[in-house]
Amino acid sequence: MDMLAGKVKMTAQTVDAAMNAAINPAANLAQLVDRPIRLTARDVTVHYGAKQALHGISIDIPDRAVTAFIGPSGCGKSTFLRCINRMNDTIEGARVGGTILLDGENIYDPDLDVVELRARVGMVFQKPNPFPKSIYDNVAYGARIHGLARNKTDLDEIVVSSLRKAGLFEEVKDRLNEPGTGLSGGQQQRLCIARAIAVGPEVILMDEPCSALDPIATAIIEELIDELRENYTIVIVTHSMQQAARVSQRTAFFHLGNLIEQGVTEDIFTNPVNKQTQDYIMGRIG
Amino acid sequence: MSTFIVAGLLLVLLGLAYQLGWSKSRALSTPQGVRVHSRGQYHGALVALWTLVPAVLVLGVWAFFSPGVTHWYTVSQIPADVLASLDQVGLNQQMQRIRDLASGFGVTGELRTFEEAAGQNLARFQLLSFLIMLAAAAGLGVLGLTFARRRINPRLRARNEVERAISWGLIACSAVAILTTMGIVASLVTEAFRFFTYINPLDFFFGTVWAPKFSSTGAGDAGQYGLLPLLTGTLMISAIAMLVAVPVGLMTAIYLNQYAHANLRKVVKPIIEILAGIPTIVYGFFALVTVGPFLRDFGNTIGLSISATSALTAGLVMGVMIIPFISSLSDDILNQVPRTLRDGAYGLGATQSETIRNVLLPAALPGIVGAFLLAVSRAIGETMIVVLAAGNAPILRGNPLEPVSTITVSIVNQLTGDTDFTGPQSLVAFALGLTLFIMTLCLNIVALYIVRRFREQYE
Repeated sequence: MDMLAGKVKMTAQTVDAAMNAAINPAANLAQLVDRPIRLTARDVTVHYGAKQALHGISIDIPDRAVTAFIGPSGCGKSTFLRCINRMNDTIEGARVGGTILLDGENIYDPDLDVVELRARVGMVFQKPNPFPKSIYDNVAYGARIHGLARNKTDLDEIVVSSLRKAGLFEEVKDRLNEPGTGLSGGQQQRLCIARAIAVGPEVILMDEPCSALDPIATAIIEELIDELRENYTIVIVTHSMQQAARVSQRTAFFHLGNLIEQGVTEDIFTNPVNKQTQDYIMGRIG
Repeated sequence: MSTFIVAGLLLVLLGLAYQLGWSKSRALSTPQGVRVHSRGQYHGALVALWTLVPAVLVLGVWAFFSPGVTHWYTVSQIPADVLASLDQVGLNQQMQRIRDLASGFGVTGELRTFEEAAGQNLARFQLLSFLIMLAAAAGLGVLGLTFARRRINPRLRARNEVERAISWGLIACSAVAILTTMGIVASLVTEAFRFFTYINPLDFFFGTVWAPKFSSTGAGDAGQYGLLPLLTGTLMISAIAMLVAVPVGLMTAIYLNQYAHANLRKVVKPIIEILAGIPTIVYGFFALVTVGPFLRDFGNTIGLSISATSALTAGLVMGVMIIPFISSLSDDILNQVPRTLRDGAYGLGATQSETIRNVLLPAALPGIVGAFLLAVSRAIGETMIVVLAAGNAPILRGNPLEPVSTITVSIVNQLTGDTDFTGPQSLVAFALGLTLFIMTLCLNIVALYIVRRFREQYE
């Protein structure tokens, strides 16, 4: 049933996007039309103890595009993000309802292996959180625990290519054995992105990845996100509407635990349908 | 009785002073437009302080001088010819008789004429000096009160002065603790040096035989005071205790911190901490009565000869005693590891045990090592368990299945019965105590250094 609903919705969206593309012939919109849906969420609810944090979220997230979640503090956008790789399992007293399908597979299926899911759905956190290990070991960590490398050469290759993709390799190539905690904030965050990439995920979740960074480091990360879009499905939670406008192709607006409006980023920002979305974008709430 | 009078008088003065200061302060703020710097309660407190401090000073001076003055007065009451015939012991007895008469306690034997008069005079003298002291204290207190009350005006910075007085009070309290510690260390060091005038320090620190002879066995040979048998016993028992306590305590902490459900944790954590509240003497007889015989019988069945009282018995039970110490310290340290680090590992698909092994423990390691060192210093200084369960055999040997002795046990042995502190037999206790103190001090310094470095990393 859920699958069917997803397909119907997708058709509607595809038509939508096609119409938008006709009106506004931006290049990325044209791309978006062909993007298949990677993640489908239906009626997702989250309770923390007795408090309900999410009231039935339904959304489709396209492959190889950046989807941004925006909304005021406490609106549930981070909570929903943490549902996608089941990070809420680690919070005591959190209960998740509804279904989330990744490539048609319910990630809340009791038979599903959470470890495998988190290898497929990587995550970058608000505060850079490198482990108190060397830069090399930080990146190699995920590959090691999942047994991705057969020998040292393999592992070296994974580390170097991940650092390259994260745009950090040139800056740290001479000090791979120094502690990751000694890097600057922006470098630490790119190290965390490299660490996530090294596991070979398909989806990367980013929970306000730039909120602890200065504008220059933010610009570098945003550029990086844009490059990563070629190969990964990216979901980013952000406080900054400008950031959502710059990096994302689709945007979803959350308010008080509800998904108020979702659609192509340019539509949301130029022509929001919902009054609350309008107010938020104009700076009247949040 | 007199203590209650003094305390009551001080309390009445204090309350009166506070009220007077407060009421004057209230009178200040009545006229409109006058801005009073401090609130009424600070004016009250300031006046109360000005009353209390002089009164207490008078009491202190009196407490310091009154024994000497009383002594001098008592001696002066004894006629010169009697005084000349008395030696030191006789004088003390004579003065005690006079004091007993003065307090109404009464004396046995024949009452001499001068004694009765002296007793009455002494009683009168004591009452008089007490009243004078009381009057002086009250008088100075009232003087202080009047002075402080007259100072009250809108611009008086009473709040700042009271705050300063509070900080001085706190400094005085901490000085008591620090000075006491310094005094103890100083007495340890000086007495230990006295010991080393009898026994060569080299023979003490590197001697392998512990065989002190009690002074009652005759003069001359004082016995041998080699530290090594005791040191090895201490270290062996501590090592066994840590072998028990570290794995169990650490695993308990990890379980409670990471795996246990909140409700379970709420029940289990206090129970474990209750273990820390059991008096060590109880652990001691538990070791002596239950664990020791059990180990001996168990040894028999597998063909090992284990003494009922041995390093193993004492070490095992001491380990159990230290478990709550390690588990609750480690739990606190694990709590300090930021949640974001754990999330990072989970987000990469690490399992719970991988996260704990690869991220949580390495991040918490310095703090946990610090906790271990603190636990070791407790184990080294522990006394009651080893007194009862280690067997008291100060012989240098490496077998934990046989009785040993420790530094603490030897201090107990040397100081029971023979405590005149004139020979090496009892003075050795100070040398042993100094050794223990230096060992635990070094461990604590290292532990605190490590813990502090760890704290800096995550704040």
